[in-house]
Amino acid sequence: MEFTDWISDARNIIFLVIGLAMVAAAIRVVSSPNVVHAALMLVVALAGSAAIFIMLGAEFVAWTVVLVYIGAVIVLFLFGIMITRAPTGRDSVRLDHERRWPAALIALAMFITISWATTETFGDKLVSDGVATANDLGAVLFDRYVIPFEAVSFVLLAALIGGIVLARKDPEQ
Amino acid sequence: MIVNQFLVLAALLFSIGVYGVLVRRNAVLVLLSVELMLTAVNINLVAFWAYLQDPLAYLQDVQFAGQVFALFVIAVAAAEVGIGLAIVVLIFRNRSSANIDELDLLKW
Repeated sequence: MEFTDWISDARNIIFLVIGLAMVAAAIRVVSSPNVVHAALMLVVALAGSAAIFIMLGAEFVAWTVVLVYIGAVIVLFLFGIMITRAPTGRDSVRLDHERRWPAALIALAMFITISWATTETFGDKLVSDGVATANDLGAVLFDRYVIPFEAVSFVLLAALIGGIVLARKDPEQ
Repeated sequence: MIVNQFLVLAALLFSIGVYGVLVRRNAVLVLLSVELMLTAVNINLVAFWAYLQDPLAYLQDVQFAGQVFALFVIAVAAAEVGIGLAIVVLIFRNRSSANIDELDLLKW
């Protein structure tokens, strides 16, 4: 498929804008010298992923990302940053290693390999336009996937208790 | 919309996450990069769901498997962040530093 054909679809222009915003935000997450800015840039990247899910017709997953990630996980990260590093401005210690080029080389090689493999495999195949409502997803989640669902809820409970046990100060000391 | 555009975007996000994990010193920032990689995986799962929607439409059971897996990944990532940050806070209390290259107690 030629690029002019691809860009003539209005949805692809929206995809391009969202994708570029996501990639720019992701690069800021891994390169920002300020810890809080990195966490806030992750919000932009995750909001972009929610928009991508809406474009693909997965609305329940999109709103779950907004609620769980942007609502809860980022707040948890900001708490972690506040506890482990009091100065929220520019840090005196370096946040990156000195040797960035080997890591950049590995990441670039990984990107080239993955995107080459997917392009070779999928080419110009189109995605369907169907939409999955929360109704559809709930029906299948509590029917076919009810045991994994309960297992995940148990994992969350274990993580909750584990987090409390780990972070609590020992009363003996 | 072709399926490959979503896969390439996810590959790009995943590679940026790998770079972040390799290059960051602060443990909280490493966890942030891991979240970036998990987001890329979720985009892949939902893109494959949208791609396989029509061929799997007659299978009521596995029709929404991609989205269900994405939800499970989100839930497990939330648990991982909770435990991970608790461990980082503990390390910070013990060593008064959250830099992972200074944690060399296990080195011989």
